[in-house]
Amino acid sequence: MIKYTEDHEWVKVEGNSAVVGITVHAQDALGDVVFVDLPEVGKTLAQKDVAGVVESVKAAADVYMPVSGEITEVNEALRADPSLANSDPLGAGWFFKVKLSDAAQLDALLDETAYTALTKNA
Amino acid sequence: MAHADENLLHTPLYDLHLSLGARMVPFAGYAMPVQYQGPGMGLMAEHQHTRTAASLFDVSHMGQLRLVGTDAAAAFETLMPVDVQDLAVGKQRYGMLLNEAGGILDDLMFVNRGNDLFVIVNGACKAADIAHIQARIGGRCQIFPMPERALLALQGPQAVTALQRLCPGVEKLVFMSGGQFHIHHSAQDIDCFITRSGYTGEDGFEISVHEMQAEALARLLLAQPEVKPAGLGARNSLRLEAGLCLYGNDIDASTTPIEAGLNWAIQKVRRTGGARAGGFPGAAQVLAQLDNPSALTRKRVGLVGLERVPVREHVELQDASGQRVGEVCSGLLSPTLDQPVAMAYVASQCAAVGTRLNAIVRGKPVPMEVTAMPFVPTRYYRG
Repeated sequence: MIKYTEDHEWVKVEGNSAVVGITVHAQDALGDVVFVDLPEVGKTLAQKDVAGVVESVKAAADVYMPVSGEITEVNEALRADPSLANSDPLGAGWFFKVKLSDAAQLDALLDETAYTALTKNA
Repeated sequence: MAHADENLLHTPLYDLHLSLGARMVPFAGYAMPVQYQGPGMGLMAEHQHTRTAASLFDVSHMGQLRLVGTDAAAAFETLMPVDVQDLAVGKQRYGMLLNEAGGILDDLMFVNRGNDLFVIVNGACKAADIAHIQARIGGRCQIFPMPERALLALQGPQAVTALQRLCPGVEKLVFMSGGQFHIHHSAQDIDCFITRSGYTGEDGFEISVHEMQAEALARLLLAQPEVKPAGLGARNSLRLEAGLCLYGNDIDASTTPIEAGLNWAIQKVRRTGGARAGGFPGAAQVLAQLDNPSALTRKRVGLVGLERVPVREHVELQDASGQRVGEVCSGLLSPTLDQPVAMAYVASQCAAVGTRLNAIVRGKPVPMEVTAMPFVPTRYYRG
């Protein structure tokens, strides 16, 4: 199951954990990504907390926690090659994995149809 | 994403930008291309293409004006700390309008065209500049704004190859000189005024052309194999690598030319002891700072990041003891160097090349070192 936030993160749910990244629309708006700042593994963050940063030459944007939980893994390959966020935003360009502390938060996130509508109207 | 603002002005190339897949953003009251979409495009690619081939920038938002009259040069000199009167015909020079405190109202380029002074100012400042010039020297010369002129910049090491194919003779211009040219091509006859200058650190040209002929000229230039369009995003990263100030970021009404390190722009004749020393707004402050650099409290410097973390404008700078010593005014990850570069105002005692400072990025210190500018060597054509 993939869900989206209004802040242009995607969340791919796998059991009681989730993989988080930025959407195709987000990386397209940012342009060439040159830097990412990823959260610390082991840290527990609340939904809407700033979990990381993604920067292109022209702009910087915060990456927010789509759901509350503990960071279990971060994508070191993305840290080394931030352009993965452009070339494969939904795959190799993932940001971090989180152990869900409140799976019910997922229900309030956007599904594909709602997110697509959001980006069309933006 | 912001909604398109219907109040934004359009340059004569607006439709062309859209057809080229530009992403338009508001800038200086205009809808301007920040970058282009598609394969091989985008800020980074446009930046690299400018450094290796040639890029076409639309800078028609900038203000163009003419000052006419036998007294125009002497009058214009009363507004700026630069030598206007001795500039030879056909030559271009950098200048800046100052306020009574020596603060910079705008920076500009001007050319002595013999029968007039041709002036190019920043888009965001043009209305205020024209009012200021009119109020101060309108009685000594005629001031003609040129809103009917577009401005195209063709920049990069292959700019001369592309432009001389259309405009033989343009290759004879040297850096900071200009002339009138005619471009004849497939039944088109385009008159333009071309200077060999720009805002990228590369060899290149700025082309002033009537708005009715701007799109035809842009299409001719884009049809050359060396040339691709580039947006304001690349223009900003290119100018920063070249160590060139952006008005509003790196200089403004609160900074003097000496704090900004623009001493080179103040010719000897206007300095203390010169034949026409002073006589411009803020001269007392500016010349005092120039004559006694130890009295300066802050200076603009270049900084290179020692870690690969971009450092942006308004980031605080601290010395090794954690004391606040300055602030970044422009900064980004240099596409050419793949290293963070920035300009900043720092306390004078921290301005020496080699000084280590910490930029405080999201609460964490990022080490940087004061360095000479430009960050990337400039490649102007001096003949």
